[in-house]
Amino acid sequence: MGKRRVAIVGTGQTFHKSHRPDVNGQELIHEAVQSALNDAGMKIGDIDAIVIGNMDHFEGINYVDCWSVDGSGGVMKPIIKLTTGGTTGCTVGIGGYHMVASGIFDKVLVIGWEKNSESDTTGAITTAFDPIWDRLVFAGAISGLAAEAQAYMAKYGATDKDGARVSVRDRKHACNNPHAQLRKEVTIDEVLASPMLADPIHLLDVCPRTDGACAVIMACEGIAEKLTPIPDWIWGTANRHTYTYLNDTAFGGLDSMAEASKELFKKAGIREPRKELDVIELYQPYSFAGIIWIEDMGIVPRGKGAEYIWSGATDMGGELPINPSGGVIACNPIGATGLIRCAEVALQIMGKAEARQVPDVNLGVSTGFGGCFWVDMILHGKNKPAF
Amino acid sequence: MADHEHIIIESGDKDQPFNYAIGMHGSKFFKELKERRVFLGIRCPKCKKVYVHPRRVCGECFVEMNDFVEVGPKGRIGTFTILRYAFIDPETGEQKPVPYGYGFIKLDGADTLFQHYISIDDESKVRIGARVEPVFSEEKKGTLKDILYFRIID
Repeated sequence: MGKRRVAIVGTGQTFHKSHRPDVNGQELIHEAVQSALNDAGMKIGDIDAIVIGNMDHFEGINYVDCWSVDGSGGVMKPIIKLTTGGTTGCTVGIGGYHMVASGIFDKVLVIGWEKNSESDTTGAITTAFDPIWDRLVFAGAISGLAAEAQAYMAKYGATDKDGARVSVRDRKHACNNPHAQLRKEVTIDEVLASPMLADPIHLLDVCPRTDGACAVIMACEGIAEKLTPIPDWIWGTANRHTYTYLNDTAFGGLDSMAEASKELFKKAGIREPRKELDVIELYQPYSFAGIIWIEDMGIVPRGKGAEYIWSGATDMGGELPINPSGGVIACNPIGATGLIRCAEVALQIMGKAEARQVPDVNLGVSTGFGGCFWVDMILHGKNKPAF
Repeated sequence: MADHEHIIIESGDKDQPFNYAIGMHGSKFFKELKERRVFLGIRCPKCKKVYVHPRRVCGECFVEMNDFVEVGPKGRIGTFTILRYAFIDPETGEQKPVPYGYGFIKLDGADTLFQHYISIDDESKVRIGARVEPVFSEEKKGTLKDILYFRIID
């Protein structure tokens, strides 16, 4: 069976907040789904199948694929759940792409969601790590990230001020995005003066906990062009998993992203991502990742991430804007977060990003990051891929 | 570390409905740790990487391993953080006592890291590359808690 071309034809998001006690999980999901259907000019009856995901153990509700049908529109439809930790939102996007590209379904609805306010985030994340070897000293997502930042800083001489510059960028960008949770600028001094959580990570270097949902509709070539004037074509996807145990991690860089990027850019014939890409929505749960991971992605050489960030190249109006949405530091409904990156790049390609629109976006990348340093990536394009 | 008691947390009277098998390789590690206060690693026959803790399969080469080698007990800090924010440890239901030093230790002779507490009595000494040695508990249980923490020795 030949592979078909696939495009995103509509996206929808909730207005993400720290607490949404006014809705339950299904109702939260419904808001995003209805918004995506409206964006694509479709009805739920037009959808052939659904992919949904969130974080295992977070809300203490298993089988959310079944539990959420009232909100997802999944009554009497094929539904599949994909959950891969922090990468979940990107993985559901990749799964939806596979389902349409395979030729089995023409129009697939992809959903990511989370109600962090109804979960014990650190407790739930701990269950993703080995009970014997990983959990004695483990401290949730932040401990491994702090260890990564320390290793990078020791190797390349980066400082916490460099990290703070990334937070300043993303929090500024978030002011343009009505869906972001934290829409207030911060300064370098404020980041550095905020409480130290785990050296070198300050409170304002990391993502918040958010309630929110995101939905994306994908359709095959032939249908996509009829649904929307500028479909967001998926040029390729890649994902990599490196380790079982945190002990084995090669701290200081993100090997999974380096490998996934190589595969993705090779598929698309991209030789100079810095010049050829127009926008990146990076699943960047803490500021230092904004420096380290763009090196792994091949945007800049090793050790040059901070310099590139300080040059303003990744700010709005710069050479390669990163996180026009404000990114994960401004908003993190975890199971939705990766899909929000995907939806935000789709908005950029489709020209629907309003105040956060980057001019003339032809190629963009969205990513997901999770758990033991694994990575999912999607490459988006305005033109149909030639392959 | 003067009062190291605070970093030792048992689940105590709280039941955990899980009872994990750790396999022959993991068992050997704990047996040697308990009886001889020795750290056991394992070498991959293909890539020659020495893993600690030992496990059956080298994920990268996807081959079985059985060449046990002693590593450590001294080593260097590979990377670390100092945890300063309070959170509930889901293993115990208790608040984790902060601050504590969270070390990824490169034991001598090993290629991977070993996670454990590191003493933060003098924070200025806690840096990547610092030389460390384990401080063992008096009680021999055959768990990771047979090591109280790693102490900086340079």
